[in-house]
Amino acid sequence: MFKLKLFKEKKQDTFSRAELGILVFENTSEVIAAQRILLANDWEIRVMGPPPEIQSGCDLVIEFPLIQELNILRLLEKSGIGPIETVPVTDPLLQPVDLFHIKDFGQFLMIRAANMKITVGKSTQLIVNVSGGGCPDVPYLAFKLVGKTMAQAPNPLEIGHTLCGYALGLAFKEMQKKCSQW
Amino acid sequence: MLAVVGTVPDPDFPLTVGRVDMVENRLTINGKHVLVNRGTPALLGAMINTLKVLGPKDITGFIAGDIGRGDGSREVYQYLVENKSQIGFHTLVFHYLQPDVDWHNRIMFMLDDLKKKPVLIADAGFMYAAKMSGQAQSYDLFTPDAGELAFLADEVAPHPFYTRGFILHDDNRVPDLIGRAYRHGNAAKNLLVKGATDFIADKSGIVFSVNSPVVEAMEAMGGTGDTITGIVTALAGTGMKISKAAKIAAKVNRLAGFFAKPTPATQVGEIIRHIPQALENVLKESYVQ
Repeated sequence: MFKLKLFKEKKQDTFSRAELGILVFENTSEVIAAQRILLANDWEIRVMGPPPEIQSGCDLVIEFPLIQELNILRLLEKSGIGPIETVPVTDPLLQPVDLFHIKDFGQFLMIRAANMKITVGKSTQLIVNVSGGGCPDVPYLAFKLVGKTMAQAPNPLEIGHTLCGYALGLAFKEMQKKCSQW
Repeated sequence: MLAVVGTVPDPDFPLTVGRVDMVENRLTINGKHVLVNRGTPALLGAMINTLKVLGPKDITGFIAGDIGRGDGSREVYQYLVENKSQIGFHTLVFHYLQPDVDWHNRIMFMLDDLKKKPVLIADAGFMYAAKMSGQAQSYDLFTPDAGELAFLADEVAPHPFYTRGFILHDDNRVPDLIGRAYRHGNAAKNLLVKGATDFIADKSGIVFSVNSPVVEAMEAMGGTGDTITGIVTALAGTGMKISKAAKIAAKVNRLAGFFAKPTPATQVGEIIRHIPQALENVLKESYVQ
């Protein structure tokens, strides 16, 4: 608890623009509800007008620390208030990676999303390796996933915290699709 | 003297500063133990095994537990900024840390104030922060993999997760991506790009590439990028020129992989175990200048 508080004591104005993201909602009441939930959970956020590149949603957005996108989306979705769009402040037209690189090693299949890779044994559906990434939840996620089957393993989207965790979650989801075809 | 700044994936591991040693597959730092596995422990294990051949040198670790909330990373950052007098190192590597531009910049101010700036190497999360801060060229070496190189080459991406699709690509475009990263000021003085072929580059372009032995399974193994960063850090810590250290590290990492005979299911400890044998072999090669 102490450590979590330490992180959340970081003030919004100490983030550079490159570290911030924007949550876009359908209407203002959702913005207000999301703001209430995030502030109640000690997140440093700011409600502001949307940049001109944002063509959807209402006329208010919420600025938040981008690296924690996965954590914040999870909290909002649990509360039933998911944003319609989440984008970086520096370039709101940027989209999360949607390219998957797939490598077939014969007995094993590897899927890469952005900087994260997951490798699974085809016959066992056992997660044998997780690699790539640079945020501190990557070794933690690897510890939680490696050695478990796809069915047993926790979903990185549920236990990860950072954008690397998010990327691994996307690779995991793609791997689930592949496994369902075997 | 060498120093490593990083994290371990244990939320209960307190901020710990001290000399790092390794017994079998366990690291010890100030009486605390960490299993050698992917991430900063793999980097440390690779450094220690590299120094077994090069000759003993102390490694100081600045390590805290962090599972992605950023709390441990920030404790380490704060300690460094408040204890400048302890930073008398020849080579300093920053590794798995929560990207945070504000803390990154405070650390750079602290390092700029030192009488003699260490050789600076960044990988993983701290490399992301270095790029986002616009101070990439203050570093002597970055060690990205292919996905991270695409992020360095994308001047607007705030994290690899947001790298634009037309820039994300496979290894055959690495030379273009290196050029693009330097054009936008987002590369360190030297790059060691880890991949199917390893590339050593500077602002003039690719200066060397290593593509043998081919050990395909290493791409799937978590921690093989951490080991190469550990090897190059240990070599640079002897005073070796960075480009030469990078060239040797790329060869050693591949050869250690070759000796380990890995499958995609092999864990990185197997590679680390073979580093001394691989380094001895590579150092004997007459063409390594």
